[in-house]
Amino acid sequence: MNIVVCVKQVPETTAPKEFGPDNRINRAAHEAVVNPFDEYAIEAGLQLKEKHGGEVTILTMGPSGAQDTMRKALAMGADRGLLVSDPALEGSDTWTTAYVLAQALRREEYDLILTGMESTDARTGLVPAALAEQLGLPSLTYASSVEVEDGNVSVRRQVTGGYEEVRGPTPALVSVVKGVNEPRYPSLKGIMAAKRKEITVLDLAQLEIQPDEVGAAGAKTKVLDVTPRPEKQAGQVISPDSPEEAARIIADFLQVNKFI
Amino acid sequence: MSEGLTAEQEMIRDAARTFAQEIVAPRAAEIDRTHDFPADLVRRAAQLDLMGIIVPEEYGGTALGHLAFAVYVEEVAAVSGALAVILDVHSSVGTEPIVDWGSDEQKRRYLPRLAAGEMLGAFALTEPESGSDAASLQTTAERVGDRYVLNGTKTFITNVGVADLYIVMARTGGPGARGISAFLVEKGMKGLGFGQPMHKMGLHGSPTGEILLDDVEVPEENRLGPEGAGFKVAMKALDSGRIGISAQAVGLARGALDLAVEYAKQRVQFGQPIIQFEGIQFMIADMATAVDAARLMTWDAAAACDAAEPFTLLASMAKLFATDTAMTVTTDAVQIFGGYGYIKEFPVERFMRDAKATQIYEGTNQIQRIVIARELLRGD
Ligand SMILES: Cc1cc2nc3c(=O)[nH]c(=O)nc-3n(C[C@H](O)[C@H](O)[C@H](O)COP(=O)(O)OP(=O)(O)OC[C@H]3O[C@@H](n4cnc5c(N)ncnc54)[C@H](O)[C@@H]3O)c2cc1C
Repeated sequence: MNIVVCVKQVPETTAPKEFGPDNRINRAAHEAVVNPFDEYAIEAGLQLKEKHGGEVTILTMGPSGAQDTMRKALAMGADRGLLVSDPALEGSDTWTTAYVLAQALRREEYDLILTGMESTDARTGLVPAALAEQLGLPSLTYASSVEVEDGNVSVRRQVTGGYEEVRGPTPALVSVVKGVNEPRYPSLKGIMAAKRKEITVLDLAQLEIQPDEVGAAGAKTKVLDVTPRPEKQAGQVISPDSPEEAARIIADFLQVNKFI
Repeated sequence: MSEGLTAEQEMIRDAARTFAQEIVAPRAAEIDRTHDFPADLVRRAAQLDLMGIIVPEEYGGTALGHLAFAVYVEEVAAVSGALAVILDVHSSVGTEPIVDWGSDEQKRRYLPRLAAGEMLGAFALTEPESGSDAASLQTTAERVGDRYVLNGTKTFITNVGVADLYIVMARTGGPGARGISAFLVEKGMKGLGFGQPMHKMGLHGSPTGEILLDDVEVPEENRLGPEGAGFKVAMKALDSGRIGISAQAVGLARGALDLAVEYAKQRVQFGQPIIQFEGIQFMIADMATAVDAARLMTWDAAAACDAAEPFTLLASMAKLFATDTAMTVTTDAVQIFGGYGYIKEFPVERFMRDAKATQIYEGTNQIQRIVIARELLRGD
């Protein structure tokens, strides 16, 4: 079974973000890492490969430096990398990103596309569904488990208050949630082997994409403004007389605010 | 700080750092408190291929060399001195002598399992009456047919009881260094017993104790190196072992320094964070300078070793300086924490207790000075 995992390179996630004059994240100012949500997709892909055999390919759209972060995915155990890189891609939004990934995938043979549930930089979570739409594939999003059998993929789809069981024929696209598994750490042998694995770099011409279809020119959305998150408000301090009273106050709070 | 590291060594450092910070650090205080041997963490290290760094690839290792090894041991020691010494002893004095002296058959039999962490290694030289004067050891190995019969007591042995393979030095001939041979003694051999782990000042969780050899029959094919070469086997092991101990010391010092800087930024006295006081700044400056110098000496010795150049002098100087640095820096870190540094709820006192051992084992720092002076007086 051949699996393609879409992996994004994002700015290091804990640092506060800096924005450029065009209201977009200043990526040069941050250390680049594998989108943490994508590590779950990589792990899911590796586990399926261990069960069913086949190959795991890492597909990334990003600057040429993204090869360094792709190496981490290869060190975890993926077999090869595909990097779509072209200066004209700068400023791409979710739709154009999905279009570019779709064009790259049209050249590949695969049974399953795996993605993370969202990226930690923009957090829209739109690319997986847009990608499936463009490729005309079943889209099984927010999976908290993934199984493949007899040409079908089954997932538990996480929804508020429980999960749905969803099944579809392969090839299909599955986005996995955080916590679907515990992503492995690369081993030293994995790191050494990753150096020798192939990363193919593709530009727009090779994907038959016109430069004005993508990047800022092709984007269907525009970031008008960015506003810092409001400062955290002071919390409410309660001083109950007994543990029972404390439990009741907390339970009431959770219920009123619809947490439970 | 990464200057001089290859891209590969940097990746090893990142992998070791992730292991140390994410997997080991959350457990370090608990291991110190319970004294429990962290078998699960040793297993995790094995899964990441961290236990075969010195072993050639044909025997399942990664053969990444002593500089990579020093980088990895420093990362572990920066969060847990105990796990660092467990893993260091396994790879250096517990495994490397087989790489250096083993027959093809011995290498095939033991190295793959040691590299995979299926076997844990240990090194048994010290005896109750024979510490710094190792050549005076009294454990005997009497030849009987195609085997040797070992009798005696070893003490202060790291990984005692939990290790599966012990490199034991014993006397096969007359008195002095030339009468000593080295043996590969497997756990489970009849007559091999272990004492209770000693109650140590620090390095809790790294068991240290006695090995009791009572008519232990060791087949001839388990003699490591020629008969009479045992002292050489031990001294060569300790030469490169000292690179690992230096790295452990650098890690302990760095870990304590980082904690002290963090604390000094937060602790407010006289209306300002104590890091604003020049008295504290000067301490931190001296600590950081010493840590960097110790690391560079360690890496210098490691690089010489990897280049197959003479490194005995460099390794002894690194061990002397790095372990003294670990003691000074961890003590100063406790000082910066004030009263809070002296209580176990804060982590720095553990670093200070752990650091003390590094000045003692694999040759006390007095013995290092003897080695250094002897190297300088030698020949020319
Ligand atoms: C935590 C721990 C783990 C250890 N792990 C191992 C292990 O795995 N395997 C192993 O074989 N051993 C191990 N050891 C033993 C260690 O190597 C010895 O403790 C060390 O070599 C010193 O020997 P000693 O304790 O008998 O001290 P002694 O040799 O009795 O020394 C006592 C003091 O006298 C000084 N001294 C001795 N001779 C001279 C001299 N000629 N000139 C000046 N000063 C001198 C010493 O420096 C020291 O200060 C370990 C020790 C510790 C504490």
